[in-house]
Amino acid sequence: MNAIPAELLRILIGLVAVAASVGLIGLVMVWVERKVAGHIQRRPGPFEVGPSGVLQPLCDALKLVGKQLFMPSGADPILFWLAPVLAFLPVLLLFLPLPVGDGLQALNINLGLLLILAFSGLAVLSVLLGGWASNNKYGLLGAARAVAQSVAYEIPLLLSVLAVAFVAGSLDLAEVVKGQGTWPWNWNVMTQPLAFLIYFVSALGETNRAPFDLPEAESELTAGFHTEYSGMGFGLFFLAEYANMVVVCSVATALFLGGWHGPVLPGPVWFVLKVSALMLLMVFARWTYPRVRFDQLLVINWKWLLPLAVANLLLTAFFVKLAQFA
Amino acid sequence: MTRYQNMEQLTGDFYTQNFAKTAREGSLILNLGPQHPSTHGVLRVIVELDGEYVMRAEPILGYLHRMHEKMAEVKTAAQFIPNMGRVDYGHAMGWNWAFVGAAEKAGGIEVPERAEYVRVITCELNRIASHLLWWGAYLLDLGAFTPIMYAFDDREKILDILQIPTGSRLTYSYFRIGGVAQDLDADCIRRIREFIPWFRSRLPMYKDLVSDNIILRKRIEEIGVIEQDVCRRYGATGPVARGSGINYDVRRAAPYSVYPKLDFEIPTSDLKCARGRYDVRMAEMEQCLRIVEQCLDMMPEGEVLVKGAPKPSWKVPKGEAYFAVEGARGKIGAYVVSDGGKNIYRTKLRAPGFCNLSLFAEVSRGTILADAVAILGSLDLIIPEIDR
Amino acid sequence: MIKEALNTMSDLWSLMVGLRVTKKYFLDPQVTVRYPWKAVSNIDSYKGHLMLVGGKKDKGLAKCISCGMCAMACPSNCLTVVKRKAPKPTPEEEQALAEAKAKGEKPKDKTPKDPEKFLYDFTLCSLCGTCMENCPVGALDFTGSPYLAGYSREDFHFDLVQVLKNQAAIEGVDESAAPEAGQSEA
Ligand code: SF4
Ligand code: SF4
Repeated sequence: MNAIPAELLRILIGLVAVAASVGLIGLVMVWVERKVAGHIQRRPGPFEVGPSGVLQPLCDALKLVGKQLFMPSGADPILFWLAPVLAFLPVLLLFLPLPVGDGLQALNINLGLLLILAFSGLAVLSVLLGGWASNNKYGLLGAARAVAQSVAYEIPLLLSVLAVAFVAGSLDLAEVVKGQGTWPWNWNVMTQPLAFLIYFVSALGETNRAPFDLPEAESELTAGFHTEYSGMGFGLFFLAEYANMVVVCSVATALFLGGWHGPVLPGPVWFVLKVSALMLLMVFARWTYPRVRFDQLLVINWKWLLPLAVANLLLTAFFVKLAQFA
Repeated sequence: MTRYQNMEQLTGDFYTQNFAKTAREGSLILNLGPQHPSTHGVLRVIVELDGEYVMRAEPILGYLHRMHEKMAEVKTAAQFIPNMGRVDYGHAMGWNWAFVGAAEKAGGIEVPERAEYVRVITCELNRIASHLLWWGAYLLDLGAFTPIMYAFDDREKILDILQIPTGSRLTYSYFRIGGVAQDLDADCIRRIREFIPWFRSRLPMYKDLVSDNIILRKRIEEIGVIEQDVCRRYGATGPVARGSGINYDVRRAAPYSVYPKLDFEIPTSDLKCARGRYDVRMAEMEQCLRIVEQCLDMMPEGEVLVKGAPKPSWKVPKGEAYFAVEGARGKIGAYVVSDGGKNIYRTKLRAPGFCNLSLFAEVSRGTILADAVAILGSLDLIIPEIDR
Repeated sequence: MIKEALNTMSDLWSLMVGLRVTKKYFLDPQVTVRYPWKAVSNIDSYKGHLMLVGGKKDKGLAKCISCGMCAMACPSNCLTVVKRKAPKPTPEEEQALAEAKAKGEKPKDKTPKDPEKFLYDFTLCSLCGTCMENCPVGALDFTGSPYLAGYSREDFHFDLVQVLKNQAAIEGVDESAAPEAGQSEA
């Protein structure tokens, strides 16, 4: 029986832990988002179920599970149901290489960053399938937007991440974190502020969060690609969105904000704190800004983010090389 | 080449089919509405899309038609007043005034001076409320969720004030032929006086949060340019016309009530785009405050309803009368023809929104879908008013 | 070039300003009232549905004189005033009546003036106040209660005479609860 390699066991435990935490994070994030939105808008947000309404997302989730799964006539049944699953499953994988603390990592591979970037690219496929298969014009338009947007924003995202990887000399997130220090001035955000900015904006675009939530712009496309989804079909998309948010914020924390490093408090606490701060910023952005227009979205990407990211990368490469010679 | 050779292949109702007949090859016919988040109620717009570009758009009305004009034929003049609050829930006072004014003109009834001031005050406060409603809803169209909450916070204060004399919060039925139903009491006037500086202090916040925001500016600047001749051709009035630089405001062009005595400006903008209309409305709110302030100072004591005001059974004397007021959306007109009978023979209501909407088909051509929504919102449509 | 860069900077700054505003309100106290637990305070001037006004002496007896002006004035035809039938005279009265007739006197109308029924259909009412304004004796008023709710259409068909009676009976206990008790069976 001792044939099970330790690494596999570790991955299994990690997967279970990740699946559980994704569900939990989803619920907590829904609550936080609604509460923050409420307070920004000077209303209490959910407050009825449980203390300060913390159980409200759970009730909503139960309601979603209990709802009839509904498929429009003329939709492609296989693709239609595949899409939400496809949106959700890769997200689980994304959590594996995240270094929450020193040595606290479900999957310790030296290409962790690559894994995340590769699998987060899958998200666009699910959106495309969902929009396409639901036989709905709004869905189709939303899907078309989503593809153009995700494909575009992946590039500056990648370039900005690469700049950090150059400096750290590794694609392993844990390694990158180890290369940073305890105090904010030892973090990569100090040496790579532009990369951080580009990363954050592209991450908003990548996760379809406002002000870049065009695939689901409800004033134009009712609900975009998930117009026709009900019950857990919608729920999975929803969960995937929040899980994706957590992933991009975690990656940002690991890459730019020193990961688990921090004074006094233990590492994982610092990690969670930093991720929460970034998420809060994302939530605030959503409830503050209007939505950009589709062509403007692409203009921001191709005319600003991409050239800046390339310039940043070149500059970084130059200095890294210089440092090597020196 | 038409897309469908065979009529049986067409889906959708009469309008969609008719619209689709002239569609181009490869374009997408999309029904926005009647239940759609951006159409504020039950407006329906059929658009022909080429990718994200709107090739053609056609508004379809009638989903909220309530026969107000027909109802006027079976009611006496005084009994028709409650209807007017329901025509346009945004600026109910303006509509109250238009109809009551027409009836007074037909009957040759004088209105006490205090009543005129009360009318101006309530009408202008209502105008602010209407613009706030538009402001919040428009930003909702543009994807900002929070401003509408702040707008409603302020609007709530106005509704509280207007509730004191009218007893209602939205569909006011406050004006009477020959005056208004109730005087503004001391409490109400105190609250209005408190409201004015308070609302002034809120305006910079609106500017910071929204007006100056770069995303918003990019969304509405140079979008939906309406040339002056387009405005004139379609009969656009109100902020839509003024946003195109046409200095037309019924309060100045055909003064009524005590407006000639008041000192206020008619904000216009030469931008002609959605931004122009936005600016005009924002500036108008400030002017409304000015008007209200002056009215409170100038208001004489006295009656608010003329002695021997018409009873519900009052018959409008034979003849006709037209009265127009400046509503939040433009020129509100009421045309009353009476044959001297119990009920008014015919009442025609001129809804500004109807004319403003009609230019949408022309203006939206060739824009991006998101811009079309931005243009639609910038026209400030209230569907019940358009359908009547 | 520099100007453009400055413009871009100020554009980006505007985004920060927006965040500052939302942050401020995030920390500010909320303005909404948690309704079922706390009542809103700004509804005292709200109209609410109609009620009959009781007399000075007898609170349960309506001031109304069954003239029907309100029903005529109402734009939505939601009022129906049912007058009282003349009471069947007792034998003594009948005798007196006959005597009076013989003397050539005009008989005095003993019919009570208050209405037998005052049917009010709140589903049709537009709260315009026309009825109130046209009542010669001021026998109608708005309750000012916004909390009227019901499960069916019939819950909003009232007989205001009954409502008034019930209300007078429980006067001082709970005024707003009265309308529910007086719903007509119709
Ligand atoms: S308030 Fe108006 S609608 Fe209601 S009963 Fe009185 S007159 Fe009729
Ligand atoms: S309520 Fe007034 S108007 Fe109506 S019947 Fe009674 S007395 Fe006449």
